[in-house]
Amino acid sequence: MKKILVIGLLIVLFAGCAKKEDPNSITVWHWMTDRNAAFIQLARQYEQQTGIKVNFELYAPSDAYSQKITATAQARALPDIFGVLGEKEVFASFIKNGHVADLTDEYKLNDSAWESELFPKALAPNVFLEGNIYKVKPGIYGVPIDVTNMQMLYNKNLLKQAGISEPPKTMAQFFKDIAALKRVGVSGLVAGWGEDWMIDCFASNYAFNIMGEDKIMATYRGEIPYTDPDWIKVFNVFKQLTDSGALVPGVVTKGNKYAEQDFALERAAFAFNGSWCVNVYHAMNPKLEYGVMLPPKVNEALAMRIWGTGSSFVVNGQSAKKQKAIDFLKWLTATQQQVQFAVETRNLPANKKALSSIDPILSGFAKGTDYATHPTVWDINENDQVSEKFIKGIQSIIIGDKTPQEVAGEVQAVKEKIMERKDRKEQTK
Amino acid sequence: MPELINKNNKAIMTRNYFTSFLFILPAIVIFCIFYIYPFIDIFKLSVLEWNGIDAVNFKENFVGLQNFMDLLKDGGWWHSLGNAGFITFIALTLQNILAFALAFACDRELRMKNFYSVVFFIPPVLSEVVVGLVWTWILNAGIQNGEQIGLLNHLLVKTGLPHLVNDWLSNPSTALPCIAIVHSWKGFGWGFLMFLAGLQTIDKQLYEAAKVDGAGNWSILKNVTLPMMVPVILVVVVLTILGSMQAFILIISMIGRSGLVDYTSVPVTEILDSMLDHHLGYACAQGVTFGVILIAISLGSKFISDRMKQV
Amino acid sequence: MKAIQHQILKVLYGMAIHMFLLTMAATCLFPLFWMFRSSLMSLDTVFTDKSLIPSVLNFDNYIKAWIGGGFEIYLLNSIIYTVTVVIGIVIVASLAAFAFSRLKFPGKNFFFYMFIAAMMIPLPGSFVPLVVLVNKLGLADTRIGYILCMINVGLSMSILFLKTFFDKIPSDLEDAARIDGCSKIGIWWHVGLPLVRPAIGVVVIFNSLNVWNEYILAQLLLNEKSLMPLQVGLMKFQGAHSVDYPVLMAGLTIAALPIILVYLAMQKHIVKGFSYGATGG
Repeated sequence: MKKILVIGLLIVLFAGCAKKEDPNSITVWHWMTDRNAAFIQLARQYEQQTGIKVNFELYAPSDAYSQKITATAQARALPDIFGVLGEKEVFASFIKNGHVADLTDEYKLNDSAWESELFPKALAPNVFLEGNIYKVKPGIYGVPIDVTNMQMLYNKNLLKQAGISEPPKTMAQFFKDIAALKRVGVSGLVAGWGEDWMIDCFASNYAFNIMGEDKIMATYRGEIPYTDPDWIKVFNVFKQLTDSGALVPGVVTKGNKYAEQDFALERAAFAFNGSWCVNVYHAMNPKLEYGVMLPPKVNEALAMRIWGTGSSFVVNGQSAKKQKAIDFLKWLTATQQQVQFAVETRNLPANKKALSSIDPILSGFAKGTDYATHPTVWDINENDQVSEKFIKGIQSIIIGDKTPQEVAGEVQAVKEKIMERKDRKEQTK
Repeated sequence: MPELINKNNKAIMTRNYFTSFLFILPAIVIFCIFYIYPFIDIFKLSVLEWNGIDAVNFKENFVGLQNFMDLLKDGGWWHSLGNAGFITFIALTLQNILAFALAFACDRELRMKNFYSVVFFIPPVLSEVVVGLVWTWILNAGIQNGEQIGLLNHLLVKTGLPHLVNDWLSNPSTALPCIAIVHSWKGFGWGFLMFLAGLQTIDKQLYEAAKVDGAGNWSILKNVTLPMMVPVILVVVVLTILGSMQAFILIISMIGRSGLVDYTSVPVTEILDSMLDHHLGYACAQGVTFGVILIAISLGSKFISDRMKQV
Repeated sequence: MKAIQHQILKVLYGMAIHMFLLTMAATCLFPLFWMFRSSLMSLDTVFTDKSLIPSVLNFDNYIKAWIGGGFEIYLLNSIIYTVTVVIGIVIVASLAAFAFSRLKFPGKNFFFYMFIAAMMIPLPGSFVPLVVLVNKLGLADTRIGYILCMINVGLSMSILFLKTFFDKIPSDLEDAARIDGCSKIGIWWHVGLPLVRPAIGVVVIFNSLNVWNEYILAQLLLNEKSLMPLQVGLMKFQGAHSVDYPVLMAGLTIAALPIILVYLAMQKHIVKGFSYGATGG
């Protein structure tokens, strides 16, 4: 009896082992859970139109996706199309190791036809400029399929309850509003600050507002210390948020999913989140009445900047089906498909012409694109270890463990250690 | 004549050894391919500064023991070990004492024994995802419409203890203890099962004899039950240590990927962080060091167990 | 008087134990219950409705989880992986454990301690070498590659446990078989295995649980949807930005049922099994 079972299973096993490389199919690995259904539908349409089968494989969460891509890259077994998550430096490494195809020529074809279809800010994360510090040959290496940016949301009903008619444009006004909300028992701001990058983004937005891009880049280069008064002001923003009771309890260990849940269930009047939230809020609470606003300014003199980027795909530099992959991506970013995609997934399209047919709340997000920036378009990024100390320091400030001055000192200490090590390396070269 | 017999014997012995060796051959082959080979790789990689993407280049990226030196100075790493140690400590005490108490209670309570042994084993069977979700909801600290959202805070308010309401998972002093308790809750099922089985094999006659001698319940527990359970207790202790030091999925599902500053980091999350930062050489060094520490702890327990057996 | 007092105390003591056991049982059953209850609600009510039993029972989520999640394939894969890995481990580990316990050959202790040490040295951070290795062997994205990896994961613990039990078999049984002309394999099959059946039950449940709940290695080594096990399928309900909780709960309930059934089936063997191993230490 057991023997029969074993033999039967072996048969099943080997049945699953047969593998054929189909020349008319391309494989895409992605991490976007909420867009999976839309992808699969588009793939089916593409197959009907061109006879080429596109297999979308989803790996979630994004950490697991990153690991898989990195490990498979080493094994030189990457699929035809995939995405590179993380910093520009990581992207640069992938390119230098031959995993990413250079698409510049395709973009420039027919008088830059493809390139001019897409928003420059959507393309920017995929572009390496002349003289970039990563030593990558200048060009365009990826294809954006949508655009997202992060701003603040406000719940219209809850604000009305507290007698607030307009969303705040300055921090001073924001704190007044918080006090008013407290009087009617409504919590203030919820954000997914259990996730590193969320804190990084918020802090960065205020850094831009308080001191401007040049000073920030100078700090990254090591020319200005983190103990500079402007940086202390940035840390202070978080301190004030905590001290004034503006933050929902548990914000520091809240994953973004839970923060979204909180705002959708009207547990907080404000949220800090990205444009993907439109889809999420709609699913959890279609009756939610809310609006989009830029984070309220601390410094009147400078602009408030937000982070905006998009999801992009790259073509495997070693794939035998490069042209087929490129053709598919061109189709995917064409106006008609982009409109379909944007409507279904409630995300901002990468294609300029597809913008007219989006959700009204999304257009609120779209308006902020002028102020958008992102680490992947800066000339230089802060070192990982300094970043980590910075973010953990802010967490400490929020829970009241440390003061802004202490955190500034610690971050600066790590920065100096890293700079010193870099100098030593340069010297020994 | 003796030489011939010796040669024959030797031939038979060698063939004997060979066929015996064949028994462990499948295990050895699988083990060597899927364990030893990557393991050696990790040792090799731990002396490199490698981002995981570039091709491995020993000449350029060799940094010797630099990764290990950095590790020694890495406060976050040792702190995470301390956190894991705390979770292990709670598991060894709270979890195992609870498991033992439940097994003891069940041993005497014959009626619903089967029901309990099934029910108590449910937490280990549940995936960490469900456990994380349920407990995050229970320990939630938010308020909506004047009411506490989380079950625990809600009950505290209802039973007249509003001053105990806490931000359980974001408060540095309560975050790690909460994790340790949930971890113990999830794990006590294994210990319960092992202790129950062990208790059931104690010869009832020993109990009878002790009662005849006039021993009270406490005395029986101390002098009959516990000594007979020493072997089981040791197996449970070692398995608890190994399992708790390596815990991480539960923490990620309750507190999120980045944790609460370094109040909730554990060695495995530190290694995962290094991997995501693309410091794979450093991650391998962390892995090697962690392995050595676990071996040391296990050898230590074996040493203590041998000593106790002699006693 | 004293006798009655004694009786009352005994009853109170008994009741206290009962309360203790029942309370613990309640905390253990609660997540299961909560999971099931949430799976019957819809996304907009699952958090706001605090009632224990939902007023509207929404079995749609199960259909959504099954079809939208492609569960037939995932369930089949999980079953295939669990059954083959468990059978594989039982055979490979029992052969090795038998040899370590009852056969003689040079290097026996060395190899045995190697397996023990492996149990204590985890392999976090070994993902990259493992994926490269599996790709080199041409086993990436194949069922057999994943199965072999999972067999390896469970080997050490299983060998250790089985050896403890093989150690207890009285040697006269073995000698009798040998005198009857049984080969070593024969002794293993006819004498060894039947006598350690309780231990095999334990090994089965341990490894079934591990394989059934595994998803990290599956995601790394397998590339195609059609090969993925259940737990990976469940990850798809948890996006980076949204979670369809009721459907996820439905999926988790479906995923939890088979393994609970396996445990119920093996449970009798286990309680007996641990008892033999325990007293020997």
